[in-house]
Amino acid sequence: MSDAYLKAGLPKPAPAPDGLDAPYWEAVAEERLVMQHCQDCGAWQWGPEWICHRCHSQNLAFDDVPLIGRIYSYERVWHPVHPALNEQGPYIIVLVEFPDHDGARMVGNLLGDPRQDVEIGGRVQAVFEHHQDDDPAHTLVHWEVI
Amino acid sequence: MSRTLRGTTAIAGVGETTYYKRGQSPDAEFKLALMAILAACEDAGISPKEVDGFASFSNDRSDPSRLANALGCHDLRFSNMQWGGGGGGGSAAIAHAAASVTTGLAECVVVFRALAQGQFGRFGQGPRSNVVSGGGAFTIPYGLMSPAQSFAMKVMRFMHEHGVGRSALRAISLASYHHAQNNPRAVMHGRPLDAEKYDASRWIVEPFRLFDCCLENDGAAAMVVVPAERAKDFPHPPAYVLSAVTGSHYRAGASVHNTPDYATSNFKTCVPRLYDMAGCKPDDVDVLQCYENFTGGVLMSMVEHGFVEPEECNEFLTKENLIAPSGKLPTNTSGGNLAECYMHGLELNIEAVRQIRGTSPNQVDDVDVSLVVSGPMVTPVSSSIFGSEATL
Repeated sequence: MSDAYLKAGLPKPAPAPDGLDAPYWEAVAEERLVMQHCQDCGAWQWGPEWICHRCHSQNLAFDDVPLIGRIYSYERVWHPVHPALNEQGPYIIVLVEFPDHDGARMVGNLLGDPRQDVEIGGRVQAVFEHHQDDDPAHTLVHWEVI
Repeated sequence: MSRTLRGTTAIAGVGETTYYKRGQSPDAEFKLALMAILAACEDAGISPKEVDGFASFSNDRSDPSRLANALGCHDLRFSNMQWGGGGGGGSAAIAHAAASVTTGLAECVVVFRALAQGQFGRFGQGPRSNVVSGGGAFTIPYGLMSPAQSFAMKVMRFMHEHGVGRSALRAISLASYHHAQNNPRAVMHGRPLDAEKYDASRWIVEPFRLFDCCLENDGAAAMVVVPAERAKDFPHPPAYVLSAVTGSHYRAGASVHNTPDYATSNFKTCVPRLYDMAGCKPDDVDVLQCYENFTGGVLMSMVEHGFVEPEECNEFLTKENLIAPSGKLPTNTSGGNLAECYMHGLELNIEAVRQIRGTSPNQVDDVDVSLVVSGPMVTPVSSSIFGSEATL
């Protein structure tokens, strides 16, 4: 797509061959954000794993989380470590926390001016970047300050 | 005392190849490993055929059976690999070697690391595959893929939580480069760094500038571990292993940056075990070698090893405090990963031994306790403490 945050050519995400994270990729294609939620003890966890880290139950669901989170940390990348980014210039990666979901976190890019000041603790909203015609089809989840 | 490594083994010999810039070694990686081991055995005054064990880390490619074959070792009794990437296993490999010697599994174990990044590729580059799945699928497509990028996120959070300024990172880099100028082995010998040059250097990923990042090199390093009762049979004053521990805290390995206690170098559970085994405390440490993958890892490691409170980092972390011989905590006295050589930190363990022997190019006076931090921010990490005979 033309309005991707990063230039094309980075490795594309694909569902894990073992099926562990398939519900996540199905959800983001529908502009929903999900995390693993233990149906026995209620713990939230991310990234995905086969059992609950707290109670060891296998009864984990991928349940919806809000599309709003909080910037836990960030970094502004200047040096390209992949040829696809040679002409990119600086870009911002944010680590977004979900305080009401056991502090679980997700990684994405922060939309807007790549030289903007970034406030740790600031609220951000998810923005879905679809590549559903790509092979493999996928959707990335970015963030913008609200 | 039972169930301890304190004083049960010693480092009898150390050896290093010439340290090269990445891709400039005339020798293959395996040959580099052999050359370092031969040098360490010569330093110890032993025949390489007496070596009966090998311990390494970070998936070193030099297989112990091939080493034993090439060296003509009479009896291979111990071959050991610490799982985990980066330099987190440097002191762990010493722990394992010491444990094997202490328990009688082996008598003379070589700890080594060989690295020819020209021959086998670099660490600091992103993956070249077209598709990624698993944990990397949630980070790499966002341009988060190199070690610097993975760790800058932690350091940014730490500096935010504790109000640490970038001058603290700069001081760490300046100290390493300062020490390298007195060390002819150092790749950056003759390439001094001052504050102006540091400040003018390009960003890699904020908060790291170029000079906050380790080198990439070719070379090899080796150390010979022997029982303490034999320690005085060798030419050099022994550096006794007082402690060596490894590990990481609760869910340090959580994927997609989900470790609950996130802004840490991962030593919080190791450090109490480290000092308990050694029977000493941070104030007793005379000189520190602290693995610089990135200066931010040194910053957090110094805090977690009890040398400075988080809120005091801006005052404590100055070049003057970190340089030998006069600083309050002389650190990375060979030039370390930033300016001597990135030998995955094993060169730091060797420098710690030199400080005990009194043969460092930046010697601190009267060193009895010499501490090494290996591979902060990876998991598992490790630390070790070496002591002079006076500490036993």
